Amino acid sequence: MWDYTPIVKDHFLNPRNVGDIPDADAIGEVGSLACGDALKLYLKLDENKDKIVDAKFQTFGCASAIASSSALTEMVKGKTLDEALAVSNQDIADFLGGLPEEKMHCSVMGQEALEVAIFKYRGMDIPEHDSEHDHGHAYPDYEGEIVCKCFGITDTFLKKVIETNRLTTSEQVTNFTKAGGACGGCIPKIKDLIAQVLGEAAAQPRVRPEKLSNMKKMQLIQEVLERDIRPLLWADGGDLELIDIDGTKVQVAFRKACAGCASSGNTARMVEAKLRDLVAEDIVVEEVFA
Amino acid sequence: MTEIYLDNNATTKVDEAVFEEMRPYFCELYGNPSSMHFFGGQVQSKVNEARVRVADLLGALPDEIIFTACGTESDNAAIRSALEVFPERRHIITSRVEHPAVLTQCRNLTQKGYRVTEIGVDGAGRLDMNELRAAVDTDTAIVSLMWANNETGVIFPVEEAAALAKSKGALFHSDAVQAIGKIPINMAASSIDMLSLSGHKLHAPKGIGVLYLRRGTPFRPFLVGGHQEKSRRAGTENAAAIIALGKACQLAAQHMEAENTGVKALRDRLQDTLMAAIPHARINGGGAERLPNTTSIAFEFVEGEAILLLLSEFGICASSGSACTSGSLEPSHVLRAMGVPFTCAHGSIRFSLSRFTTDAEVDTVIREMPPIIARLRQMSPFGREHLKGQA
Repeated sequence: MWDYTPIVKDHFLNPRNVGDIPDADAIGEVGSLACGDALKLYLKLDENKDKIVDAKFQTFGCASAIASSSALTEMVKGKTLDEALAVSNQDIADFLGGLPEEKMHCSVMGQEALEVAIFKYRGMDIPEHDSEHDHGHAYPDYEGEIVCKCFGITDTFLKKVIETNRLTTSEQVTNFTKAGGACGGCIPKIKDLIAQVLGEAAAQPRVRPEKLSNMKKMQLIQEVLERDIRPLLWADGGDLELIDIDGTKVQVAFRKACAGCASSGNTARMVEAKLRDLVAEDIVVEEVFA
Repeated sequence: MTEIYLDNNATTKVDEAVFEEMRPYFCELYGNPSSMHFFGGQVQSKVNEARVRVADLLGALPDEIIFTACGTESDNAAIRSALEVFPERRHIITSRVEHPAVLTQCRNLTQKGYRVTEIGVDGAGRLDMNELRAAVDTDTAIVSLMWANNETGVIFPVEEAAALAKSKGALFHSDAVQAIGKIPINMAASSIDMLSLSGHKLHAPKGIGVLYLRRGTPFRPFLVGGHQEKSRRAGTENAAAIIALGKACQLAAQHMEAENTGVKALRDRLQDTLMAAIPHARINGGGAERLPNTTSIAFEFVEGEAILLLLSEFGICASSGSACTSGSLEPSHVLRAMGVPFTCAHGSIRFSLSRFTTDAEVDTVIREMPPIIARLRQMSPFGREHLKGQA
């Protein structure tokens, strides 16, 4: 049995705002019968066409899909369109007191329907949605190369979800978007996308501190390893462990796919370069076999 | 809340009589059946009695019964053994709708260089016998096909399949976990070499299984390091559970007729009334010969997990072939192999009854189910479109 919070249960058993709005200003439709979940969101705006005065939904899906839709409609009522666009899938999950990670894609579907509705209302180009036959989610503004053929999900959309939710493993991407959850053929591609996004994040300029106490330096080394280096290795099925820090000498042991990998020497140099870049330029990384 | 338990293919209630039978073997008669002293000896004789009772239900000989820990162990042991017995044969045949205990094992073996053929089924879940006939050859070490499917209850022609396997010198194993205790089985008149049984599917406790091994069938043990079960399964006997299983098998034999009349009548009433009351529904495997206790119904335009949770509000326990219940994203491999459209696979619900199911329980499901489906369809964007103009 899923471990749903009382709020999820309440919104599933007593969903708010089920139905349609015949004279809706904006409608967003995502998902399909084939995918196993789908959501049609209706928004009614005030006379200035700025503020959402009513929201209703129809959802085909599991308990958390229904609860996410219900939560979404409650959250956006009273918001301006710009404020509504700022609602993230994590906000929806938070509103519900959290969702099991395997069910995060339900919150993503909610956020997606909201974007489709607003983008369409604003006259932006949205691919036609064919809910009966098309596996495809009609992602607003996320045209790109289809990565997951089973669920019809593009690289642009995946990169956005990876980035906003700071995902580091392909399992997480599957939980959040379903991509890779059926035949699994696109999992290597998803790992590439994670590496790309993490690479881009890491490429953003970070300033190396001028002077560091030993304690601060050790902290920073650990932080860089956790935040900047291990996720990159995870994407390739590898990992490393920090063994010891002795002055400027950092000892690491490679794990999983990195252990015994012929190019682990190169990986060690990559780690060293990153640490020199972000912590101190005299750092030496040593691979140990602990 | 009192439960209305219609999930007996997942597990069953331990029969009170079974529990009474095993109760003394924890705190009082706790001896090791292998011991020389009188204290172990009296456990040994009860274990022997249980072996006879299990054998009787299967129409087998007592020494053909090997007690294991579960159905999964029996499945694993059977397939592994066949491959060790015939090291020169590198081909395994199974079906696309097997339980993961068989299917995962076979798929893993492809990585060790074995060739695995998964035989398909038709829209009603019936085995493609022509495909099987074409697949068996002299390289085939083992054919492993389930007796009855856990999700749909569809029964495979295992005797015919066993004859095909034997004609090429291959061993034949059947995962009969769902069939035993529900339909009569007579190994004396069979050519099946190995059979898996799981105690908790027939009102014995969890943690006890059987591998039936026909006399004379070559075998290599899965667990070694003890003389138990004639060295075919090492490890101290789970005496209490074995004794319980013996009792459960004795009771299953006594209830076999009721299972195929009373339980079946309840299942049919449940299924037929729901089908009449709810439009856009279909029975998965409805066209095939099925177990008397199982029905799997696909409701279009709604999703299984939502149905289960709403049923659960009334204490009704069932299960679903939908993706969302399992944490995977695709509906059940069984329904997909049958070509059930995704549009209904997601909304498939399995009811599995037992001899403890009552008329009143079935009445409750018949009363609560139609409004649950209607409520979810009302909420579903597809349900509304498709059901326009209908009640």
